[in-house]
Amino acid sequence: MVLSPADKTNIKTTWDKLGGHAGEYGGEALERTFTSFPTTKTYFPHFDLSPGSAQVKAHGKKVADALTTAVAHMDDLPKALSALSDLHAYKLRVDPVNFKLLSHCLLVTLACHHPAEFTPAVHASLDKFFSTVSTVLTSKYR
Amino acid sequence: MSLTKAERTVILSMWDKISAQADAIGTEALERLFASYPQTKTYFPHLDLRPGSAHLRVHGAKVVAALGDAVKSIDNIAGALAKLSELHAYILRVDPVNFKLLSHCLLVTVASHFPADFTADAHTAWDKFLSIVSCVLTEKYR
Repeated sequence: MVLSPADKTNIKTTWDKLGGHAGEYGGEALERTFTSFPTTKTYFPHFDLSPGSAQVKAHGKKVADALTTAVAHMDDLPKALSALSDLHAYKLRVDPVNFKLLSHCLLVTLACHHPAEFTPAVHASLDKFFSTVSTVLTSKYR
Repeated sequence: MSLTKAERTVILSMWDKISAQADAIGTEALERLFASYPQTKTYFPHLDLRPGSAHLRVHGAKVVAALGDAVKSIDNIAGALAKLSELHAYILRVDPVNFKLLSHCLLVTVASHFPADFTADAHTAWDKFLSIVSCVLTEKYR
């Protein structure tokens, strides 16, 4: 699966429109993930996962910042995300299934906050983008 | 994800044994697939899928032959399966979930035919190989 030029345009345009709220959306996506898919909480025994938790908000910002980096380097994601890829492979070892769950929640969050932008074509591009990032983050597992 | 040298060696060394029983293995893998996961039958309304059917044997042989092509070009599976990739993307459109099911059935079949060879390392090598083949066959979907 390759991101077409149209995909890249959709992704960049949409990400720019987030207007600095990306961190907030990251936190919301995580909250949605933990609520809808409680099994995902097992990766965060060291966090306070109650609604409104500062740790979840901070972690959401981390996730969003990584995605912002990815958006800026769509032509070379493996290199741009190499350190994160190592982290997931050798330390975190998040089961690949969970990347789909978080991606879904990111899409839902974006759709909620930017309904006008979230056309079917943009939805598809963002879904491909999150899939591609997920693949990079799980590429060194074995 | 890519195959290590050791994994390539395992696959190449087992391939002769497997291809000597290509028809039997391909047929059995498909039989297992349709028995354990009946929803996969929906892709074959035009075939007689009863155990022992000639259609099953022919199709099973095709599947194993394609895997053989991938084994022969193990350093460039995408190149070897380019046409099959397009077939799956534009015509067959098999939901990617099903590739995991068929891969599982192939592994079970190979394990049951060659238990001495199917060590944990060999199992890993074959699972990675079939994952790579599945990726190649679904990469042009969108």
